[in-house]
Amino acid sequence: MADGDGVLVLRMNIAEFQSIVIPADAGNDRREATRDGSHAKPRQFKDIERRSRWSMIDPREIWQYRDLLFVLAMRDVKLRYRQALLGVCWVVLQPLLSAGVFAFVFGHVLKTPSDGVPYMVFCFAGMLVFNAFSGTLSRSSACIVGNSQLISKIYFPRLVLPLSTVFATLIDFAVGLALMFVILALGRIGLGWRVLLLPAWIVLAIGLAVGLGLYTCAAMVRYRDLQYVIPVLLQLILYASPIAYPMSAAPAHLRTWLYLNPLSSLLEACRWSLLGRGAISGPWILYSVTCVIVSLLIGATAFKRLERDFADVI
Amino acid sequence: MKDVAISIRGLSKAYTISHENIARRTFGEAVMRRIRRPLGDRRRAETFWALRDVSFDVQCGEIVGVIGRNGAGKSTLLKVLSQITEPTSGKIRVYGHVGSLLEVGTGFHAELTGRENIFLNGAILGMTRRQIRRQFDAIVDFAEVEKFLDTPVKRYSSGMYVRLAFAVAAHLEPEILVVDEVLAVGDAEFQRKCLGKMRDVARGGRTVLFVSHNMGAIRSLCQSGVVLEKGKVAFIGGVEEAVAAYRSAGTIEADPTIASLITQCHPNVQIESIHVNESPQHTLELESGAHQLDVSIQGVLHADLRMDIEAWITDSNDVTLAYFSAAHTSGVTRRCEKGTFDIRRSIALPRMLNAGQYFLGMRLTHHNVCGWMECARAVQIRAEGTPTATGQALSYSGGKGFFMLDEAVAPECEARFETARLS
Repeated sequence: MADGDGVLVLRMNIAEFQSIVIPADAGNDRREATRDGSHAKPRQFKDIERRSRWSMIDPREIWQYRDLLFVLAMRDVKLRYRQALLGVCWVVLQPLLSAGVFAFVFGHVLKTPSDGVPYMVFCFAGMLVFNAFSGTLSRSSACIVGNSQLISKIYFPRLVLPLSTVFATLIDFAVGLALMFVILALGRIGLGWRVLLLPAWIVLAIGLAVGLGLYTCAAMVRYRDLQYVIPVLLQLILYASPIAYPMSAAPAHLRTWLYLNPLSSLLEACRWSLLGRGAISGPWILYSVTCVIVSLLIGATAFKRLERDFADVI
Repeated sequence: MKDVAISIRGLSKAYTISHENIARRTFGEAVMRRIRRPLGDRRRAETFWALRDVSFDVQCGEIVGVIGRNGAGKSTLLKVLSQITEPTSGKIRVYGHVGSLLEVGTGFHAELTGRENIFLNGAILGMTRRQIRRQFDAIVDFAEVEKFLDTPVKRYSSGMYVRLAFAVAAHLEPEILVVDEVLAVGDAEFQRKCLGKMRDVARGGRTVLFVSHNMGAIRSLCQSGVVLEKGKVAFIGGVEEAVAAYRSAGTIEADPTIASLITQCHPNVQIESIHVNESPQHTLELESGAHQLDVSIQGVLHADLRMDIEAWITDSNDVTLAYFSAAHTSGVTRRCEKGTFDIRRSIALPRMLNAGQYFLGMRLTHHNVCGWMECARAVQIRAEGTPTATGQALSYSGGKGFFMLDEAVAPECEARFETARLS
C-alpha cells in the first residue's frame, strides 16, 4: 500500500516537473487557471490563428524540434551515397576531381598565376569556401519544394528544413578541410595562427548562403523558375569570384567590382588564413559581414512571411 | 464537468481559386504584374470558403467523429487544427500537444531501411529520439516487420509498408490526436488492429478527432459526432444522431432522378422519364415483402425501331448478380412506332432476397442487334431482405449472396428423409 502511494507521488512529481522544465509547446504558450479552480495547476494552451505578416522566428520552437533537424540532416547525408558503388568515397573524390579539373585547365593549360603556391593548393583553398557556399545554397533552395509531401501533410517549424541542409555542407567541409591539410603537408606549406580565423570565414560564407537560401526556397514554392536560376547563378558566381585566379591577378579597375561580390573578400581571407598569401582588406570584410547580416534578415523575414501559405500553394 | 481540450471559435478558411492560375505564373510575369498594378489584381480570383464560421468544443478524453461528404471541409478542418495551414479568421485554442495523422507514411523514404524510417517518421511526427527508442520494440511488434528491419522500405510489400507506417503513428503520445481517413488501408485484419489501437488511445484519456467515411468505424469508436456541410457545422451531438443526420441530409439533398443518370442514348431515342416501382428517384428502398420491380420508360422515338428493356442487378463492386431480358427469353424484340412510347416491364425478384445494397442498370436494345439507351447504376436498391424465423435478415455483405434458395417441394425427398431417420 505504502509502495503504491510512493509510485503515485513519484509520477505526479515527474509530470509536474516536466510541465515546468519542458516548454509545453511551440508558439504562443500561455497559462490559464481552470474555471472551477479545483486544480492547483493552471492548464497550458496554445492558440491557432492567422499570424501577422511580420511574425518573428521563434528559436524555442526550433530547439524543440532539434531531433527532427538532426534526423532530416542524417537522412540527406545517408541518401546521397546509397546504392553507389564507391559510397562514401565520393565525399573525398568529388572535391578532388573538381579541383583537379580546375588545376588542369587554369593552372596547366592557361598558366594562371597563383600567388606563388602550387596551383592545385591555391584553387583547392578557394573551392573549400565556394563549395560550402554553393552546397548550402543549392540544397537549401530546393528543400521546401523537395519536401512538399511533408509540408502538406504534417506540421513542424518549416525553418527546420533549410537549416537541416547546413549539416550536409558541414560534413563536406570537414572532409574538404582534412584533404586541404593533407595537400598542405604534401606541398610542405606550414600553417600559422591565421588558420584560427578560418572558421569565421566559413561561417560567414554559409551564413550568406543560408540567407539567400531562405529567400529562394520560400519563393520557389510559388515560382518554380528559381530551380533553374540557381545553378546558373552559382556558375556565374564561381567565375565572378577569385577562385580560379587570385585577386592580385585581376585588372586594377575591375577589383572594386569584384569585391562587390561579398564572397570575394571571404575567399581571399580564407587563402590568407590557410596559405598566408593574398591581401585581407578590412573594409571589404566588413562589407561582407554586413551583406551576410542583411541577407539573413531579409531571408528570415521573407521566409516567415511566405511560410504561412506553403501548404496551400505547394 | 470535464475540461475542454479543443475550443474552436468562428473558424473560417478561404482559398483563392484563380481562373488564371496565379499560383503557377512565372516570376517575370509576377514582376510585370506588380509594376502594372502595384496594389494587386484580384479581378480574376474567386474566393472559396472551405470552412465558414465553424465553432464547437471538444472535451478532454472524448472521441469525436467528423463526418460530411467530400468537400464539406473535414480535411481542411484537420489541416488547420494540426497547423499545416493557417485559418483565414477565427481561432482554435488547444490544450496540449496536437499530433496529427493525416496520411499513413508521411515522410517515409523508399531508400531508407525500416529501422531508419521509424526514426525519421517518428521525428517528423514530433517524437523525440528518446521516445522513439523507448517505443521501438512495440512499434516493430505492432508492424510485424522484425525480419525486414534492415531492408529498404522500397522492397517492402505494400501491406508491410502501411503496417510499419501506422505502427509508428500509433505510438505517438500526444494529448490530442487528429486522425484522417487512414484506416481505409490494409487488410481487414489490420484494420481491426488499427481500430483496437485507436480505442486504446482513447481509453488512455486522450482526445481524438476522427474523420472517416466509414460510418461503422465512426459509430463503434466515437461518442459524439460533428456533421460538416459545405464548410459549416450542420449538426453536433451524439454519434448515432450525427450519423442519422448525415444520412438523411444526404438522401434528401442529393438524390437525382433516374433519367438524369442516362449514360448513353441514340439520337433517334429521346427519353422523358424512367420510373421504377412508380418512383423516378435514384434511391429505392425495397421492403421485405416486395417481389417485383416495375420498370417503365416514357419518351419519343424519331424513327420506327425495335426495342425492349434489358436490366441487370449488380452489387457495389459491379459484379453482376442477375440479368433480365424479355426479348432474349421470348426470342423477338417488339416493334415500336415513331412518336411517343411508354414501355413497361415487370421483373420478378427472387422470393427470398438477402439484405444489402444493389444497383439496377437498364438498357433499351434491339436484342443482339444494337443498343438505343443505356443507364448503368440507374437505381440504387436498398433491400431490407427476408427476415428469417429468428427475425434477422441474412445480408449480401455478410457473404450470404443475392438470394436464398427455396427448398424444392418433392414428396419422395421427404420420404427418403423419413427412412434415413428410421434406419
